[in-house]
Amino acid sequence: MRAAQAPVDLHAEQVRKFKLQDFLFHQVTLAFAFLVLAALVGILISLAMEALPVFRESGPAFLWTNVWNVPEDQYGALSAIYGTVVTSIIALVIAVPVSFGIALFLTETCPVWLRRPLGTAIELLAGVPSIIYGIWGLFVFAPLFAAHVQPHLQAALGDVPVIGGWFAGPPIGIGILTAGIVLSLMVIPFVASVMRDVFETVPPALKESAYGVGCTTWEVVIHVVLPYTRVGVIGGIMLGLGRALGETMAVTFVIGNANRIVGSLYAPGTSIASTLANEFGEADPGLHISALFALGLVLFIITFVVLAISRWLIRRSVAKQGR
Amino acid sequence: MQLYSRRVWTNRIGIALSMGAMLFGLLALLWILWTLFYNGFSALSWEFFTEDTPAPGSEGGGLRNAIVGSLMIVGMTTLVSTPIGILAGIYLAEFGTTSKFAAMTRFVTDIMLSAPSIVIGLFVYALMVATLGGFSGWAGSVALSLIAVPVVVRTTENMLLLVPTALREAAFAVGAPRWQVSLKVTLRAVKAGVVTGILLAIARVTGETAPLLFTALNNQFYSTDMSQPMGNLPVVIFQFAMSPYENWVNLAWGGALLIALFVLGVNILARVLFRKKSTD
Repeated sequence: MRAAQAPVDLHAEQVRKFKLQDFLFHQVTLAFAFLVLAALVGILISLAMEALPVFRESGPAFLWTNVWNVPEDQYGALSAIYGTVVTSIIALVIAVPVSFGIALFLTETCPVWLRRPLGTAIELLAGVPSIIYGIWGLFVFAPLFAAHVQPHLQAALGDVPVIGGWFAGPPIGIGILTAGIVLSLMVIPFVASVMRDVFETVPPALKESAYGVGCTTWEVVIHVVLPYTRVGVIGGIMLGLGRALGETMAVTFVIGNANRIVGSLYAPGTSIASTLANEFGEADPGLHISALFALGLVLFIITFVVLAISRWLIRRSVAKQGR
Repeated sequence: MQLYSRRVWTNRIGIALSMGAMLFGLLALLWILWTLFYNGFSALSWEFFTEDTPAPGSEGGGLRNAIVGSLMIVGMTTLVSTPIGILAGIYLAEFGTTSKFAAMTRFVTDIMLSAPSIVIGLFVYALMVATLGGFSGWAGSVALSLIAVPVVVRTTENMLLLVPTALREAAFAVGAPRWQVSLKVTLRAVKAGVVTGILLAIARVTGETAPLLFTALNNQFYSTDMSQPMGNLPVVIFQFAMSPYENWVNLAWGGALLIALFVLGVNILARVLFRKKSTD
């Protein structure tokens, strides 16, 4: 810009104006970007402040105390943390192999003309609001599950040592296992999409050379594709875990909402998110509401860590593609 | 020979299982959609759109107040989050390609994309409801905006990064200031992509229930006052589905169908729009 010199005054004036405008534009966009960052910090600070009373009352023991007694104002997070973790583990145990199968099918064996519509269908599944999964789980899945699956599972596995206890108790359809299964359906699209995307980053030459020496499709996937995309696959699983941990509506409908820890997966339980959804609206100001904020803080920190690791892994895996 | 047939069979079983997984995923989608249509359509009627939510135990009723409330809250969310998201996205793409601050913002945006929405509800409760004295439609919109903004930021940034540098340089070469290059050249070049991002954000927040539970709450009556508690579809679905009244449960199914149709429709629209653009 400095090179142009013609009618000096006018031009300099104009350049100065542009510079000022540019400076303002830069600052304004920066301010909005800052707003996003500030929101996160704000969430952490406000949750921590509201949670302070309960931590002052019971100290860090809040995290591993198994009591949730509203009338007596005694609170501990253990049962909610237990339900959150167990439902998420069940969800992943189901979702990971299924997602792997879907990603394998979409990238290796699916006819090319079918790839796009099937991929879109899976992505649409990710767009279905979680409350739909919840209402479906409560009215359709849970009754069927109680009548036709739970009794058979119990009969088949109930006497096996160790895991038999998981299937004890009346098959009422609503409980931790059902919540985990509904959750897995919610998580599958996310995990499958990430897996498909990272599978597609494998250089064709690598796969073709394996096919060239006579490998079967299965061997190519297990010995070439998976090792190459390991980091990204784990990132996708962590993303699914992050989703499962924080999911509210799909779980609240079917978990049964009982603040206790029972060994059986058939028994009703609770998760952090469903406790919040059920109790926060009617909570009394004071220790109860503070305990709920503390649960929220715990949930936020756990999911933050899981999602941060997930993002880091996926980034690393996709960046490798450009090399 | 034995090794060979073992490998062949391993392959067949593996491929069969993967097809099974695909089938499982599709069947789950179809099953959910089918029950939704089956139960939802029978609930739709003229009254469904013209009457307000019924009191406990009374007959009939519709979801007019909830539909209007949802439209207002989501509409306001769109108005708030679009400019914020686009400007923040411009910053990340045009000014922040190398800065530490931008890298951090990008990181936080990615986390916020999947952060538990109920926690955002808690935050807005502490920020607005507890301090400003009461639940309101505004609080609901703020909570939803916190979820929508990251979606818009990320799509805007990704789209802007696709603009060839030559286009920017051409604009700079004729003496355009930076803000004009951003707003009138690059942003315009990726208009379709940015609109896609906004549509995806709308689809995302329309079905969100958890952040509205403690912010907009619910309102049994028709109201267009955003400073008061406001009826909205997700919360009504949640309350009605859990209720013992048959007509409430039916209304919940109808509402769920309405939301699902809207969300799927917007999702598909976003895809069509973006595909048309990228094949140009």
